[in-house]
Amino acid sequence: MSGPIFDPPRFKASGDTVLLVELGDAIDLAVNEAVRALTERLRWDPPAGLKEVLPAYRSLAVVYDPLAIAPQVLEAHIGDMARHLDTADIPPPRTIEIPVCYGGEFGPDIGFVAAHNGIDEDQVIALHSADSYHIYTIGFAPGFCYLGGLDPRLHTPRLETPRTKVPAGAVGIAESQTGIYPLPSPGGWRLIGRTPLKLFDARRRDPFLYQAGDSLQFVAISPEQYHALQAEEEA
Amino acid sequence: MAILRVAQPGPYATIQDLGRFGYQHMGVPVSGALDLMAHTTANHLVGNPPEHATLEITFFGPDLEVLAPVDIAVTGAEMALTINGAPAPQWETLRVKPGDRIVFGQALSGCRAYLAVSGGFDVPPVMGSRATFVSGAIGGVEGRPLKAGDLLERGAGELLDRPRRLPWRPLYGSEIHLRAVPGPQEECFPEALDTFFSVPYTVTDKSNRMGYRLEGPVLARDSSAPKSIISEPSVHGNVQVPPDGQPIVLMVEQTIGGYTKIATVVTADLFKIAQARPGDQVRFHPVTLQEAHRLHRQWRDYLDLVREAVGAAPV
Repeated sequence: MSGPIFDPPRFKASGDTVLLVELGDAIDLAVNEAVRALTERLRWDPPAGLKEVLPAYRSLAVVYDPLAIAPQVLEAHIGDMARHLDTADIPPPRTIEIPVCYGGEFGPDIGFVAAHNGIDEDQVIALHSADSYHIYTIGFAPGFCYLGGLDPRLHTPRLETPRTKVPAGAVGIAESQTGIYPLPSPGGWRLIGRTPLKLFDARRRDPFLYQAGDSLQFVAISPEQYHALQAEEEA
Repeated sequence: MAILRVAQPGPYATIQDLGRFGYQHMGVPVSGALDLMAHTTANHLVGNPPEHATLEITFFGPDLEVLAPVDIAVTGAEMALTINGAPAPQWETLRVKPGDRIVFGQALSGCRAYLAVSGGFDVPPVMGSRATFVSGAIGGVEGRPLKAGDLLERGAGELLDRPRRLPWRPLYGSEIHLRAVPGPQEECFPEALDTFFSVPYTVTDKSNRMGYRLEGPVLARDSSAPKSIISEPSVHGNVQVPPDGQPIVLMVEQTIGGYTKIATVVTADLFKIAQARPGDQVRFHPVTLQEAHRLHRQWRDYLDLVREAVGAAPV
């Protein structure tokens, strides 16, 4: 693997039961791959006393039972693993298509995003759905993706006053980020569209549609397609 | 089997257990009882294992009508508990019968009480836990706090032959001392670290199951330190410092965050902040990781001692 990967990793205590393992200091694909490779190794071959492994952008939180393992032993174990990381340990990334109905009532801020960037609404749609976005990590809300790679021609500041209610499935832009609200919540992102897919549904066998390391590909759909897909999701 | 009908729900009563593990990296927080000592003890007092679901009651209420004979126990905050209008003790087993009225008054000390019933509250487990996570609308009763008219069921479990009691109880004072391990980003606060560990902070009313917001002298970061970091997993007990310099002790409903964390409260002291009320004074005391692990062992020994004192079987 290449990239600005820490060798050896940096270890930090986050209280008496969590060891933070930092593998880099940047939002970087290679660092993020290393995080996921180490996560897989640790889950496959956990030392006694390891309770959970929680990957994020460039670090992972390792939850342990301090009565079962000393942090020094855990660090040594993880240090060894980090020297032999192999991307073959990472589940093959998938590209998940996310149908989005852009503009109109589905994306009330698309006009603002277009005007802010001196382009028209069709260009906003074309740029936003052109390339896929890498999922660096998931958090904040169930199934909320931190995505990389928003085209600079779409960067737009947040709303001055956040909305008190943003519907589930709303697709928005905040500065250099784009993302989807998995659940209804307050929010200040500029909304450009909405997906009928349920990104998080605890009743499904798999409550989530994707995991970190996968990519999302937005696909523009019509309001008719939106309603048809929504009916399927409800069924 | 329905055992309780909610006549009045109180402001915020939710079904909780030990938490929902394994999904934090998917954005689903651990949730669960904030005061695990009180939750676990309530279960011991009615003969349940620690993982059974209890009702976490915040500040006051509810008013519950008993539908079937069952053993109950109330622990945690002192709540002016009455049964059929007569004062009833906490931290011991109580047998109630159909038609009885269990009423929780105002919290007199602490702010969260726990009600356990024989067999535990039976709600459908969601992703391995019965804990309510309200903003995700999962767990507990339809993913929400109790409301009037709810019928609460219990799981299988024998009533006890004789009542159990804890011969002592924790004190929830208004001056709270929290031991904390510096970090993970203490280097951002070379000067403020002294302030943090010497000056009392006041609990504000903007405190909930996500975090306790404190108010006090601004914790300034080093001029070269970043305002925020690349988001990393949040931990119960992390004390994060947003740009305004006012610390927030993270509880159990946040999975990831990009604010710098000056220190992390030790496991043994998490129940103290869970019982803190607006206006209470919080003082932080630094401990090394080694010391924190010694405290962790003491804490687990203490929980065993509580279980033995109550007369419950080993877990």
